[in-house]
Amino acid sequence: MPSTLFEKIWQAHCVDTMPSGSALVAIDRVFLHERTGAAALKSMAAAGRPVRDPARVFAVMDHIVDTRIGRGDGTLMEGGSAFITETRAAAHAAGITLFDVNDPDQGITHVISPELGIVLPGVTLVAPDSHTCTQGALGALAWGIGSSEAEHAMATGVLRLDKPRTMRVTFTGKLAAGVTAKDMALALIAAHGAGGGAGHAVEFAGEAVEALDIEARMTLCNMATEFSAMAGFIAPDAKTFAYLAGRRYAPANFDDPYWKTLRSDEGATFDTEIVIDAASLAPMVSWGTSPQHSMPIDGAVPQGPERAHRYIDLAPGAAMLGTPIDVAFIGSCTNARLSDLRRAAALVKGHRVADTIRKAMVVPGSSAVKRAAEAEGLDTIFTEAGFEWRASGCSLCFFAGGERFPEGSRTISSTNRNFEGRQGPGIRTHIASPETVIASAVAGVIADPRELARESAQ
Amino acid sequence: MTPFTTLTSVAVPILRDNVDTDAIIPSREMKSTGRTGLAEGLFAPWRYSDVAARTPDPSFELNMPEARGGQVILGGANFGCGSSREHAVWALVEYGIRCVIAESFAPIFRANCIRNGVLPITLPRADVDALAWQEITVDLPAQTVTAGETTHSFTIEDEPRTMLLEGLDVIDLTLKALPAIEAWTDADRTARPWVYLEKTA
Repeated sequence: MPSTLFEKIWQAHCVDTMPSGSALVAIDRVFLHERTGAAALKSMAAAGRPVRDPARVFAVMDHIVDTRIGRGDGTLMEGGSAFITETRAAAHAAGITLFDVNDPDQGITHVISPELGIVLPGVTLVAPDSHTCTQGALGALAWGIGSSEAEHAMATGVLRLDKPRTMRVTFTGKLAAGVTAKDMALALIAAHGAGGGAGHAVEFAGEAVEALDIEARMTLCNMATEFSAMAGFIAPDAKTFAYLAGRRYAPANFDDPYWKTLRSDEGATFDTEIVIDAASLAPMVSWGTSPQHSMPIDGAVPQGPERAHRYIDLAPGAAMLGTPIDVAFIGSCTNARLSDLRRAAALVKGHRVADTIRKAMVVPGSSAVKRAAEAEGLDTIFTEAGFEWRASGCSLCFFAGGERFPEGSRTISSTNRNFEGRQGPGIRTHIASPETVIASAVAGVIADPRELARESAQ
Repeated sequence: MTPFTTLTSVAVPILRDNVDTDAIIPSREMKSTGRTGLAEGLFAPWRYSDVAARTPDPSFELNMPEARGGQVILGGANFGCGSSREHAVWALVEYGIRCVIAESFAPIFRANCIRNGVLPITLPRADVDALAWQEITVDLPAQTVTAGETTHSFTIEDEPRTMLLEGLDVIDLTLKALPAIEAWTDADRTARPWVYLEKTA
């Protein structure tokens, strides 16, 4: 009987089924970060429980680590350095692999795990971080958990899970110029709601998904948690294997016929199917306080919850284009990979950030991305345009890792969350693609990246 | 973990959709690396009119006099979305919340509730709305929520139900299956050798 990729990975990892019907699902990789890693490791140590296989557990400093050049254990978050020093001590005590503050391989969990080949097609990978689903782009089943479940996975090698339902989201056709994987994700969530994927493991498929490069696939899968899905993933193909082959923790090659089995069979059925015409999509931007409050950039703000309109200070019917902004940010596990920075740099080259912008920053997703970008001169393009160039980390994706702005400040951000207060008390966040961040930073107001691209081409 | 059987409490409505864990506890309120010291930060952005001064906002439901001692909160759709931070549930527990009744939950938050003795109940929105400010009795063995003459049945999978009822330490429970886990791992080492890494730290 034809089966889905999800079912294949699930079955392959099903160690036992409990009388209750829950499964014990083997976990191949656990990844911790300094915001919650110390809590999980210290709690295990206090209970006298060792990490069963430390070689398959990794930790990194990404969430609250300072992103200013020349950083150490200090952080902009008050009391934050304890998270770094305690995670370091607990990681060493547990014997797990740690990518420390100034390790050359440091970076955001979901950026460095693929870079190092820690995530592989067909594996199960968990981390106490909701954006772990990003890594499903490599054909893995990867999902976010809480600290207690991280302890459970490290102590036992399995998690107790009830099987989710399967969903396929098919993007047909080709994306238009200036429209990106980020816009695909925002369009999906805008159309089907922030709870639209609840209870499901979501496979992304279709011509537009296959056409995405591996890093853009990560951007799409990154937002699966904003869709309330357990996981988002894409069947591995030749691009996936080429991307991973020979990376430090990956096999030298993917020649074994096994790897070709990692796809949904022809005729496999999903509990839920969604089809979206990719060719009809425009650059998207969020107008409100949930990722589902997203809209085509050249449209009018739709009617939403009154509370969201009040917080964001945009009335129904208002145009998004031309809305003045104070802060522009490119970074985060959604959109801070080398390909994102290349596209952003290509668009900003020859332009300058508007004088009215209070702060414009680019924070690479990993130290390796930073080095590669500098080797190509991207840092110079950004700094000449008026952006600050930083060391890698989560930074302005949320308040604890970044700096403070006055209440009411409006930011255009390549991140994944526009919640009330996400970037600081009273801060209004509009999430969009890096291209849209660049166009808006140059204009000083929310602007259509297709217009800037046209201007630059002339 | 404290077992959960029955609970009688006022149901405090926070009837908004997509209540995210940044609202339940903002990152900046997670001030220690442990699981405690979080109750003060619970719902900080909504609970205080001046967060720094900890000035209560009287219009926020948990601050209303009739919410005093409430152990149940009501939510809309997709409650607990956003960051996986378990601190959101730890903060609720420390504050005294033992049950959340919502139209739907974000999956990580719901799993975190069960691991910490908080009962997540899903009911249709109209039923959730009708419970606002009612004195209700939640009966986990019977899987019912009763308000006055009205009783709603809810479903919860067997395993979380048992874990909550017995206050089980789930890691100890799973470790009983260690022989099966080890047998599976031995076989898998042969099938997928690339999964098993040598220590490199």
